[in-house]
This record gives sequence, C-alpha cells and structure tokens, in this order.
Amino acid sequence: MRARTLLPVMAAVALLALVPVLAPPFYANLLVPFFGYGIALLGFNLLFGYAGLLSFGHAMFLGLGAYGAAVIAGVLGIKHFEVVLAGVALGALLVALPIGLLCVRYTGIFFGMLTLAFGMLAHSILFKFYHLTGGDSGMRVPRMRILGLEFADYNKIELLAGPFYYYCLALLLLAGLLMWRIVHSPFGLHLRAQRDNAQKAGYLGVTVGRFRLTAFVISAVYGAVGGAILGFRVGLADPELVHWTHSGHLVFMTVLGGFGSFLGPIAGALTLTLLQDQLQSLTQYWRFVLGAILAAMVIFFPRGLAGMAGDLAGRLRPAKREAPA
Amino acid sequence: MTSLIETRGVSKHFGPFCALENVSIAIGSGEIVAVVGPNGAGKTTLVNVLTGLLTPTSGQVFFKGHDIAGVGPVALAKRGMARTFQLVQIFPGLTVAETIAVAVVSQQGRQWRLLSQLSGNADVDARVREVAAIFGLERRLQTAASMLSQGEKKLLDVASAFALAPEMILLDEPTSGVSTAEKHGLMKTLLDAAEAADVKAIILVEHDMDLVATYAQRIVALSEGKVLADLPPGPFFADPTIIETVVGKRRSR
Repeated sequence: MRARTLLPVMAAVALLALVPVLAPPFYANLLVPFFGYGIALLGFNLLFGYAGLLSFGHAMFLGLGAYGAAVIAGVLGIKHFEVVLAGVALGALLVALPIGLLCVRYTGIFFGMLTLAFGMLAHSILFKFYHLTGGDSGMRVPRMRILGLEFADYNKIELLAGPFYYYCLALLLLAGLLMWRIVHSPFGLHLRAQRDNAQKAGYLGVTVGRFRLTAFVISAVYGAVGGAILGFRVGLADPELVHWTHSGHLVFMTVLGGFGSFLGPIAGALTLTLLQDQLQSLTQYWRFVLGAILAAMVIFFPRGLAGMAGDLAGRLRPAKREAPA
Repeated sequence: MTSLIETRGVSKHFGPFCALENVSIAIGSGEIVAVVGPNGAGKTTLVNVLTGLLTPTSGQVFFKGHDIAGVGPVALAKRGMARTFQLVQIFPGLTVAETIAVAVVSQQGRQWRLLSQLSGNADVDARVREVAAIFGLERRLQTAASMLSQGEKKLLDVASAFALAPEMILLDEPTSGVSTAEKHGLMKTLLDAAEAADVKAIILVEHDMDLVATYAQRIVALSEGKVLADLPPGPFFADPTIIETVVGKRRSR
C-alpha cells in the first residue's frame, strides 16, 4: 500500500480507536452501524466502482446478514458471532449465485432494475411470511458471545461501545485489507477492463460473465457481514433493512464518498452516519437536507468526498515540489 | 502447407439477406492475406465468423484443426487468435501498462488469482515492457489510455492484441483514421511486431489498395458475399474485371 493511502488510513484508524476512550458511549455506539455499512460498501463498490454494475437491490444482502443472525443465534440458539458471520457469508454465497447468474447477463439500467426487482421480492417475502419472519415486527437478534467471550458484566450499550466496537473496527480493517488485495490483483484488473470495454476485454481473453458473477457474489458476502453487524447492534432483523430505499441509502453513501476511489465509500458511510445523526437532532426535515446535499455533491463534486480530497492534495503537492527547485 | 485457419463452404444468412455464400478460404502458416471488397461485400461478417463471434448458417470454420464456429472471443484468444477493430478500442480507465497487462494476465493464466498483487509481479511486468517497447509505448506506460493521442491509442489497441502472443492476428483496417503519410510507418511497425512476436499468419482487412499491394502475399476479394478472387497481388492487379468490382466502385463514390 502506498504511503499516500496508508498514512491517512492509519490516522483514521487511530482516531477511531480512541473514540470509545475519549468520547461518551453514545458516539461509539453511533459508529457501530458505520462499521457495518463500511464493510457492506467495500463489497458494493467492488460491484459498482470496479465492475461497473450499479445494484439497486443490494440491501437484500444486508437483510440476509441480519435475518441470518436472527436465525442462527435466535432460532438455532448458536450464540457465537463468529458462527453467525461464517453462516451468513455462506448463505449470501448460495443466494447470490443464482440471482447473480440471472442479473450479470445485463448491464446498466437493466442490471439495476433486475436487482431492484429481486430486492423488492425479498422484502415482500420477509413482510408477508409472517409466521416465519415475523412480518413487519421482524425477528429478534439476541446478544451473542464474541470471540467466545460472554462479557456478562457489560450491559448492551457498554458491550456495543466497548468490545463490540473494537471487534467491528478490526473486522472493517480485515475486510478492507482483503478487498484492497482483490482490487489490485490480476482479477481486479480484468474486472476493470470489462467495465471499460466488455467487447475488447473478451478478445483479450477476459471471461466477462464469470468475472461479473464473482464480483456479485463477493459483494453479497460483504453485504451480509455488514448486515449481521447492523442486526447485532439493533437486536432486531427488520424488513425495512431490505426495503429498496435502503438500497438507495447504500448508493447515496457510495456517491457521497466517491465510487471512483477505494476509500470513498467508507468515507461516505462515516459522513452520512454522523451527518444523519446531527441533522435528525436539529430538524425533522433532515431527509430534505440530505437530498439537497446529495444533489449538490453530484452537480459540483461528482467524484465525491474522495475526489475533493484528491483535488485538495493535488493542489498542495506541486507547491511542495516547486519549493526546492 | 497445412492451413492455420480454414472455412469450408461457409454461408451466413441474416433473415432473407445472404451476407456470405459458400465461402471457402484457407490461410497457412507464414502468410499475410488481405481481405478486400466494396462496402457490403461481407468482409465484416467474414471477420466475425473467423473470430468465432458469429456461427455460420452452414459450413465449417477450423482454426488449427479445431471447429471454432461460434466459440466466442475468449476461447479463440486462448487458442492463439487475436484481433483488432476498425474503430480504436481502449479501456479509458486503465493506463497503458494496465491495458497491455490485461492480455498478459490472460495469456499467463493468472486472472483468477484474487489475492496475488499485480504491481511488482516481475513476470507480468517484464512482458508488458517488452510489448510496449515493440510499439514505442515504453515511455507512456503510466499514462491513462484516454489521454493518449489517436495514433497512440491505435498502437495500444494493437499492442494489447499482440500481448496475447497469438499465432494468428486479424487486423481490421489497422490504418483507418491514420494520415496517408503515417500509414506505411504504422504497417511497418505492425509487421515488425508480428515478426518479433512470432505471429505465424496475418489477416488484413483493408480498403487501401496501395497497402494491400505493398504488404499482402495473397488477396481474397469478396463481392456480394461470394469469393470473387483468391490470388497473389501480381495476377490480382492484372485482372481488370476484379479491379473494376473491388476498386472501381470506390473510385466512383
């Protein structure tokens, strides 16, 4: 990893690690969903930014993670978060394979609409099969052991703001490192090649369909892991997690942060999590303000926060270089 | 001489329209064959049949003895055939080095290594530099493909096809969009590169009769989907009826 990327990342990790120590538990608790979204968006951006496929149904995989946690820990009673993570990752793999096989034959708006349709289908199944899924009241996600430890002395808020916070930070780092390797691998190169020009890529030996499907499945697994974190935090798997507006929320965060960059979507998730909290305490019209911000970003900074940061760094750098010359 | 690629009685119909009718040609190792013909003669259809993109309505296509009808571009790339397009095809978001590396990764079979890192991979890197040097792109390796000049984009397009180390390459109007003065320079670069890369046969689809006369060892002329002539340049240009059909129409435009 280059120093240009590594230094800001290390600074951000150090800052995040200090939050539970320096800030009231409220803030650490607020940031737990950010970790969930951060992991989900790493996957989402493999599909969107690197493979060029914009899904409007990606929330179904976050829902799969949360409902999977409810089933494994609640129904089956296996209250170990690691088992839940492995289980939902496997579940996402099995669900994403057939859906992906159908969807990746299409690109652009057709891919978007097809994923939207599958997302709505998933929502209606969760909503209507009341006896299985609890319908609109959802399914309870019980408290689980993490790394085999009970943390019996901690109440839920203390658990979330302490051990679980660090656990999620570590998961985000691990997921980020893994994704960094994936996008910089030969696989990542072929993925970007088919995004830019599928016909030319085919003649250079890129098996376009298989690459898209693999990206779809990996992004689903990341989504489910993120969803499991969201479910653990709220203690509930709710059908609203799967609603298409939640898929829109993922797109919002990605565009806000900048889908052209590796770290952009994570920056978007962090910004939106903090912004939403602040706006909600200020005004009941917070959705209106968020909408205005997104519109302004798309018009004035289409490359998102990451693009803004890049431009800023670019302006500062030449000044430094010119000084000694 | 055993043929590298061969069509036997290939016909291709699009509904009632017959684009190719009973086309039988064979191209052997060491040959540079030009495919010529007026617009609508079936050149593009023939190219698409030869590159496995279209399945012929009847007849067979063999590449190195294997039936390749409709197998698709990826399978052909693996078997040793590369092509370039009339309109320049690049990956706008990739650098020159990355564009060439796409083909190198395919050729070396590394594309499913999800966790190995591309940067610093000596095998890929060496091959990328080698190919870039043949096409004079070695100083542009880190430039985004979208920032290259039109001529450089053309070279990059062809360079990436050569990076597959193909046995046969199909060049679809390689000099289109290039100024008359630069055409021969580009053709020489391509042929030198083909020799350096040990390419065994070249199919050249070309409108420019000057280039065809200079570089082709054999000329296949198509007219209305049929093979009008399959001759070396000498007899080809000596036959006024063929020239009338192939070139005359272009002059009268």
